[in-house]
Amino acid sequence: MIEEAIHPKDIYLRSDRFPHIWCPGCGLGIVLKSYVDAISKLDIPLDHHVLVSGIGCTARLPGYANVDSYHTTHGRAIPFATGLKIVNPELQVTVISGDGDLFNIGGNHIIHAARRNMDILVVCVNNFNYGMTGGQHGATTPEGARTSTTPYGNIEHSFNLPYIMASLGASYVARWTSLHVRQLTKSIMKAMKMKGFSFIEVISPCPPNFGKYNKFNDGLSQMEFFYENSVLDNNADLSEAYIDFSGKRPLIVGEFVQRIRPSYIELERDLIKRAMEEP
Amino acid sequence: MNKKLIKPGNYFMNGNFACAEAALIAGMNFYAGYPITPSSEIMERLSYRLPQVGGHFIEMEDEIASMAAIVGASNAGAKAMTATSGPGFSLMQENIGLAVITETPVVIVDEMRGGPSTGLPTRVGQGDVMQAMWGTHGDHEAIAYAPSSVQEMFDLTIKAFNTAEKYRNPVIVLTDQVIGHMSERLLVKNYEEYEVIEREIRKFPDPIGKVHDFSIDYVPMVIAGKGFHYNIDSLTHDEMGYPSNDPKIEEMMVRHLVEKIRKNEENIVEYKEYLTDDAEVLIIAYGITARSSIEAIRKLREKGIRAGMLRPITLWPIPKRKIERLSEKIHIIFVPEINFGQYSHAIREHTKVPVKEIHFPPGAVPDPKIIIRNIEGDAT
Repeated sequence: MIEEAIHPKDIYLRSDRFPHIWCPGCGLGIVLKSYVDAISKLDIPLDHHVLVSGIGCTARLPGYANVDSYHTTHGRAIPFATGLKIVNPELQVTVISGDGDLFNIGGNHIIHAARRNMDILVVCVNNFNYGMTGGQHGATTPEGARTSTTPYGNIEHSFNLPYIMASLGASYVARWTSLHVRQLTKSIMKAMKMKGFSFIEVISPCPPNFGKYNKFNDGLSQMEFFYENSVLDNNADLSEAYIDFSGKRPLIVGEFVQRIRPSYIELERDLIKRAMEEP
Repeated sequence: MNKKLIKPGNYFMNGNFACAEAALIAGMNFYAGYPITPSSEIMERLSYRLPQVGGHFIEMEDEIASMAAIVGASNAGAKAMTATSGPGFSLMQENIGLAVITETPVVIVDEMRGGPSTGLPTRVGQGDVMQAMWGTHGDHEAIAYAPSSVQEMFDLTIKAFNTAEKYRNPVIVLTDQVIGHMSERLLVKNYEEYEVIEREIRKFPDPIGKVHDFSIDYVPMVIAGKGFHYNIDSLTHDEMGYPSNDPKIEEMMVRHLVEKIRKNEENIVEYKEYLTDDAEVLIIAYGITARSSIEAIRKLREKGIRAGMLRPITLWPIPKRKIERLSEKIHIIFVPEINFGQYSHAIREHTKVPVKEIHFPPGAVPDPKIIIRNIEGDAT
């Protein structure tokens, strides 16, 4: 009789929830692996990790990790996480959600969390479209790209996420693709140790939606694109770090910002101390 | 009790400050809000007062964020509140639903002004009555208190926290611009005279083995960071907190959410009666309109019309048993409201006698003369 093997990482996963809901070729499994690797290597107690997400394919990720997880409303993971973190600063609060959730419907919240230097880590998995609802265009869809709601090509300018986040004063800003598994893991570990607001963008394939409309017929072909076009440049001029899939410009990845700036939790602690000492 | 709480005694205070001070007595330690007339003084007061008692105050980027933040804060164990008015209340609705489905206790103060849309920011209205009940989508039960004095603003704010904690449900303090801005006498009793209910927080290791239990009304709450590793979900979920699209699970979950309030309705419902013993004509009024109605009743009685009033303190759940009982001895109900007919619809469901609406357009405290004229025209 063969004993059922237990994978050493099983304690970090809700293995009863597998198989997951994601499509073949999706990058989300890799992001989950990197998150699990990161928390397994860090000295932060597992009980202190909290995952928060909004709505969408990426937002289902917290449901597979064996930590306290909150699957909230569309776009509102960051203010929810803000409430959790302020009340219990001991928690390592990580928001993992998609580009549509964090930058379209939730755009207002992420810019303010970065401005406040709120002590949370936000991992934005960017697949350039709304995957869960069938591949509609969003604020990250590159110009010219086709989606289920831009059949004539996208005429709108797209967001350049690291550039926005760096401009708002985030303490840590990085970008990787789902091909950069080790770098992503290290990046998550580093970001969790930072004070203040940390942001990691993970470029990810979406074969049945964005991929299908834009000549990436399977996950692998988009991964090949990442392999051929990614350029590591930690000192990149972020204004040039926007993404298109023309193949004519590099896909800039790296750790762009690491700075020490007073964080919200530190400043609030000081404010409360001052107020309580008032006669 | 904290030394920095408002001291027992008599005060001359406005409703907004009374609400803020009451929240501190109730143990509120997290406030997130966004400025909006006429409720802003609540957050201004709390930005000063909450840090003094070691609590957390944050001004968010909008009302959506404020609502999401208090649901998050409550899930970390805080007693959390926000305050707003019509337009902001509209923006909060989706995350009020999040508090319902995740069974998260929170308090929302909605200070009604004229609407629709931006409406009359500085003037009174009562147009959010139905929104307080049905504003968030999907099936649920609402709990809403309607104070009609500064004293009640104080007392019902404390009660709202208690009810939220007791039923693990969002609770609304549905007040109006006049109550918020009006200054009048406030008596703060000795702290030990106030009942303050604390939620039961589940201890690890978990004796229950699942995050929810749909078979019982109240299951101690799981809060973040205690070792449970549960999933708490805005999707329809089973008792493990896992998402499900099974209609049977939806039925179990929603039935639980609705029944935990319905079964306890008689314990939640509150009202006051004025001169109903011999009344033939009944006024049902709430908030500032009840104050105008008392004056109208006094004048009507001088004229020989035996009028009385039922003042629901909980607009939701509606005091239906009381309305049914009173309907046996009165022959007409008048419902003055600062809107074009809202609560009157809910009242009709529980009475066979005619229900006449008295519409007051938003913008001013209802004139008792208009109430009198309407009743004289119909009742005699």
